[in-house]
Amino acid sequence: MSMAADERNARAPWALTAPALMLFVGVLLIPLAMTVMLSFHDWGQYKGIEPVFILKNWHEIATDPYYAEMFWRTFRIAILTTLLTALLGAPEAYILNRMSGRWKSFFLLVILGPLLISVVARTLGWALLFGGNNGLVNKLLMSLGAIRSPIPFMFTETGMVVALAHVMMPFMVLSVWAALQRLDPQIENAAMSLGAGPVTIIRRIIMPQIMPGVLSGAIIVFSLSASAFATPAIIGGRRLKVAATLAYDEFLNTLNWPLGAAVATLLLVALVLIVVGSNALIERRYAEVFR
Amino acid sequence: MRRNGSLALIFHTIFVIVMVAPILVVCLVAFTPEGFLSLPTNGFSLRWFRTIANYPEFIHAFWVSLGLGALSSLVALLFAVPAALAIARYRFRGRDVLAALFLSPLMIPHVVLGIAFLRFFTSAGLGGSFAALIIAHVIIVFPFALRLTLAAATGMDRSVEMAAVSLGAVGWTLFRRVTLPLILPGVISGWALAFIQSFDDLTMTVFLAAPGTETLPVRMFLYIQDNIDPLVTSVSACVIAITMTALILLDRFYGLDRVLAGKGDTGR
Repeated sequence: MSMAADERNARAPWALTAPALMLFVGVLLIPLAMTVMLSFHDWGQYKGIEPVFILKNWHEIATDPYYAEMFWRTFRIAILTTLLTALLGAPEAYILNRMSGRWKSFFLLVILGPLLISVVARTLGWALLFGGNNGLVNKLLMSLGAIRSPIPFMFTETGMVVALAHVMMPFMVLSVWAALQRLDPQIENAAMSLGAGPVTIIRRIIMPQIMPGVLSGAIIVFSLSASAFATPAIIGGRRLKVAATLAYDEFLNTLNWPLGAAVATLLLVALVLIVVGSNALIERRYAEVFR
Repeated sequence: MRRNGSLALIFHTIFVIVMVAPILVVCLVAFTPEGFLSLPTNGFSLRWFRTIANYPEFIHAFWVSLGLGALSSLVALLFAVPAALAIARYRFRGRDVLAALFLSPLMIPHVVLGIAFLRFFTSAGLGGSFAALIIAHVIIVFPFALRLTLAAATGMDRSVEMAAVSLGAVGWTLFRRVTLPLILPGVISGWALAFIQSFDDLTMTVFLAAPGTETLPVRMFLYIQDNIDPLVTSVSACVIAITMTALILLDRFYGLDRVLAGKGDTGR
């Protein structure tokens, strides 16, 4: 009796996960493998896709400076977006955490809520705020005396970074917020009673402890920004291309699928390497925090 | 705990204004009485909401999005609930690998998924079909369905189930009458979060949608690419209103911080 139950127990988890596993192998792993293979196929304007094994697309990406520039732009935008979200999101999470109960949950809802609102709608909002040289943002900055002449936001990297930072901000706040929950408020009081000023407390007590949260938020923001599509497409227009919008063009306008697949594969591999690499670095550096 | 200083509160105020401004401006412009993009300074008007009725492609896209979100989240749950129960209750070989595989759609850029699905479904002869959209959306919403169900299954009180077993409940009856009702809040929240993710996805869907199966975000995106006028702001305002409603329900029902923080990731 008990042996039969043991045997059933050993098989039960596999029986329960088998449908999902088959689904994932059938319609996730196989399509991904097909995409990698597609990047090695040939393509011509008139002959279409030819299922042969050549390195033409990879050679083109490696030698044509257009692609180097495009990938460099993609990662530059992602890095600046990450820095902006960290510089603003981390202090905001800290301030939120010090608020009293009801305000805390209200503002948490206001700041995290946009995460679930359509990216198209949020980016449209920025397009309206930027809107040409006399957009609201420029009018406001000029009336405050912060700038003398309007900054071009539409169709520029500046605009992309601002809009992307807004889209990604909730991820950073959430990540730092999670780190702050593990922090013991008594340490701050102890430092104060020993004579530490507010600057010292933030620099020596708070910063080191929320750093893992900032860094894991940075990884999420970076990888999502580097592969973002909607915001760069709407703010950047048709001229300023990043990896995701270029792949979209190759697939749906030029119809050069193998080249588009190579761009997508490279983006995926680069992101996996960066994310796995920095995760390992963070975990080694902050091993004691994760223990 | 110490209070925030005035400098901190100024920072906080500006931060919140900037976070809300783009969403607010879309909703305000939607009510403009003018024929062009402008803030409604001369009174509010519903003309651009009425104009939506003249664009059947937006209305059709809305129904596609609604059906797609509801169906794909439901199908995802059919696969995710048993998987979540297995991961929550059993320690078996390959458990961590399976959990990582099931959460992997969160890590893979949606543009890559869009390309992979486009290639796959075109070779399978399903290019541009609603069936292809459903299957693709099941994959991208699966992690959300799994995570919330997993959190519910991990936190569940097993003694109720054991009592039911001692009274002779087994198999399907045990699941339907005891286990499912216990994890139902997690399952429903998982469905709601999965629905929102499906309803909002643009990046992957834009590769798969064909005329007739365009979802609302795809229709809006293609429209914005050509020109931005008050019509697209009134459509966006409707989308924002729908999401806000779902969000408030989710918050009341389950707690938004729990949903977003994804507590109990892999049941560890």
